[in-house]
Amino acid sequence: MNEKKKKIVINDRVWLLISLCVALLLWYLLSLGKSTGRSFPFIEKVVPSVKTMIDRGAFGKDIGSSLFCVGAGFGLGFITALPVAFLMAWYQPVQKIIEPWINFIRNIPALGYAPLLVIIFGVGQKPAIILIWICSFMTMSITIYQGIKNIDVTLIKAARVLGANDFDIFLKIICPATVPFIITAVRLGLSAALTTLLAAESTGAQNGIGMRIRSLANSFDSAPMLMYIILLGIIGLILVKAVDIIERKLTGWQEKIN
Amino acid sequence: MAGEDKLVKLKIDNVYKEYQGRNGKMVALNGVNLDIKENEFICVVGPSGCGKSTLLNIIAGLLEPTSGAVYLDGKQIEGTGVERGVVFQQYALFPWRTVLNNVMFGLEMKKTPKEEAKEIAMKYIESVGLKGFENAYPKELSGGMKQRVAIARAYAADPEVLLLDEPFGALDAQTRVQLQTELLNTWEKEKKTCFFITHDVDEAIILAQRVIIMSARPGRIKRIVDIDIPYPRTQETKSDEQFLKLKAEIWNEVYQEFLEVRK
Repeated sequence: MNEKKKKIVINDRVWLLISLCVALLLWYLLSLGKSTGRSFPFIEKVVPSVKTMIDRGAFGKDIGSSLFCVGAGFGLGFITALPVAFLMAWYQPVQKIIEPWINFIRNIPALGYAPLLVIIFGVGQKPAIILIWICSFMTMSITIYQGIKNIDVTLIKAARVLGANDFDIFLKIICPATVPFIITAVRLGLSAALTTLLAAESTGAQNGIGMRIRSLANSFDSAPMLMYIILLGIIGLILVKAVDIIERKLTGWQEKIN
Repeated sequence: MAGEDKLVKLKIDNVYKEYQGRNGKMVALNGVNLDIKENEFICVVGPSGCGKSTLLNIIAGLLEPTSGAVYLDGKQIEGTGVERGVVFQQYALFPWRTVLNNVMFGLEMKKTPKEEAKEIAMKYIESVGLKGFENAYPKELSGGMKQRVAIARAYAADPEVLLLDEPFGALDAQTRVQLQTELLNTWEKEKKTCFFITHDVDEAIILAQRVIIMSARPGRIKRIVDIDIPYPRTQETKSDEQFLKLKAEIWNEVYQEFLEVRK
């Protein structure tokens, strides 16, 4: 007879389901409370609010506008962070001049200097995109720069003694060695872009998830507001998953400490 | 010309190297002279800080001497060159490349046609006993296997001189002995000029035709010991009387230097 206790193996999907149930239960309990109930109305009120927002024609526009701002801001941030990071790694003066300022601005909440952008660029999507651009750029340039700096020099030496020239070393050593750091930078950059969204859409945007949350807050309309907040979380999750898939494809060779 | 003496392959001519340290100048190598013959197996031993790695890096062309020069076949070397292959202690495999693609790197740089490059690479992967692992990534290999790949990679680029910088230093004793035997077998087959750095006296004697003992502060050649134990040498050679005598002799010299450094 097998005396050992049988260990119950639970599938990851089942765990996810359990976790979801726990959250729903918690949410339900919160909705029962007198004051917490005002902030956390339960599903039966939140879900219909989607329909209300769709009927008002705001739902699609809000998501579209926010995704456009995040996409454009993050895209610009990525395109600019990559060369700046390489320049900082290559030429010390560039790094010495730029890096302290990136670190300085990075620690200021975006909401703080958002009005400055509105004064320059007026209201609308333009300042929002630029704000997201700045925030994601700063996070990504520093991350990629540090990655390039941490490349093992023996790899470069090994390539050199095998006949690689400067161009080969850049293309066949530096680039692949930097990929894991670029992925980390993308992850952090996306997160920076999303968290800046609210500040970005405080610049007088016409539509947008962040803008809608503020305006619904002003009218204490908590059901659709909660729906929008959850929506932000879902978008974040989807982006993280997408980066995970890309990471597995590109950096399967990496040694992982588990 | 066609005498008993082989040609001088590598000539180290009065190499002097100093570093600018925090406490002023530090002399790493103080006038090193050495002639290495074609197909010769040289081992360099000495305490850490004696400049043996600096010397290897200068021969490889990864460092420039402050004065003096290194000649390969009578021509002064400048920078790195494929005729001087290097095996590093830390393996230095490209983690994003498979074993096959690591070994093919040098051939890729030479623009060898792909099919031919693959054939050559496979030959060396087989010779280091890693057939079946050609599509594995370095992370899937043990330390000993990684170093075998690094050796295959160096050989596949077909250098005339092989520079090995404490290649087995990070391996456990059994793996080290095994790799020594394999390296000797390959050397007897391929007959490349080998310049091998180690701090293990046993390893130096079992491999080398000549052992160079270096002294520290500043680094210079203290003594050159001829090892006239005939090849093929095996691990049993280590209990030969001659081996033990040489070991005592070299160990004594190295230990004196070690004490000198400790002062």
